[in-house]
Amino acid sequence: MYDAGKVILGIVVFLALVTFPLWYNLAGEVSVAAPELEKAEGSQCVQDAEWMRGHHMDLLDDWRDEVVRDGERYFVGPDGQRMEKSLSNTCLSCHVNKDKFCDRCHNYMSVDPYCWDCHVIPKEVM
Amino acid sequence: MGLDRRKFFKVSGLTALGLAGGSVSKVFSGEDSLGTVAPVRPEGPLTAQRWAMVIDLRKCHEQADCNDCVTACHTTHNVPKWENPKDEVKWIWKESFEHAFHDQEHPFQQESLKHLPALVLCNHCDNPPCVRVCPTGATWKREKDGIVMMDWHRCIGCRYCVVACPYGSRSFNWRDPRPKIQKIEPDFPTRSRGVVEKCTFCEERLARGMLPACVEACKYGAMHFGDLEDPHSNVRELLSERYTIRRKPGLGTNPEVYYIV
Repeated sequence: MYDAGKVILGIVVFLALVTFPLWYNLAGEVSVAAPELEKAEGSQCVQDAEWMRGHHMDLLDDWRDEVVRDGERYFVGPDGQRMEKSLSNTCLSCHVNKDKFCDRCHNYMSVDPYCWDCHVIPKEVM
Repeated sequence: MGLDRRKFFKVSGLTALGLAGGSVSKVFSGEDSLGTVAPVRPEGPLTAQRWAMVIDLRKCHEQADCNDCVTACHTTHNVPKWENPKDEVKWIWKESFEHAFHDQEHPFQQESLKHLPALVLCNHCDNPPCVRVCPTGATWKREKDGIVMMDWHRCIGCRYCVVACPYGSRSFNWRDPRPKIQKIEPDFPTRSRGVVEKCTFCEERLARGMLPACVEACKYGAMHFGDLEDPHSNVRELLSERYTIRRKPGLGTNPEVYYIV
């Protein structure tokens, strides 16, 4: 190989740069505390919290399609309670503070859902 | 590494098979990510086989200054109010007779008819051209009651439907509508920029057992809403007793808003 020294040095420098964020975080022990989410006001969510943490976006997508496309607007919660499939009216009636619940975690996870471009945050309207 | 090319292909092939098998078995087992949520009929929704509207333009004419239906509709559905007509968004509005019924107009029309303000809205056509052209299925005709629906989640703002609609019933949100909504109604979403909107025959109110907002707001009984398939419904009785016209019937869209003139 011609210029083996330079090539190998180049590869090493490249790898070091690419992996910089990984070992920088390891060395610097940077830790970001999980966000403190506000407790909901109601007693029971539509599913258990662990499931909701991972799947609320799927649930909302399914609700969206069921309500808009099929006109199925209601569901029965785990305790037999009949509720409306509604982000603004059902979810936010317990999770009253969107800033301290939805936004905190979405910011932490660096996701930017556009639900609120159209769906109304009841508190902001009042 | 003890992995030659032959072995690598074997392993990766098996892995791909395994992954595909996993997802296929999931499909066939009918596994639902949401589990137990069962749909329940709401109490007393208004249902019909074919919703239709009859508008008595004579009554409208007697109350030329009345705008109650337009106001009711636009406040209920968070329709923005733009000053510039190019940005205008409207679900129901007043049009002059000659514009609304240009194929049924002639220069010597009786004076009263000429200046009759005609209330126009989405006709919820039986054969809707907007539905035919929509590339994403964001607008579709509901099989159970004939309402031409809008799914704002799926609208990509191509405006093909705006061009296809022969009645001008569709408006496009050129700008973010929120700042131009006087008072946001929390029960109904707003729209975002780049989305087409139109009248939905208040399907969200029908589901709660309420008549459309415009019909409810009309103090003079000029707007009638009912089931076209039911021979004893209010609209069928009106249609059989009174002379009624429709907008641009020659186009074959089969509009379901009828006018008593």
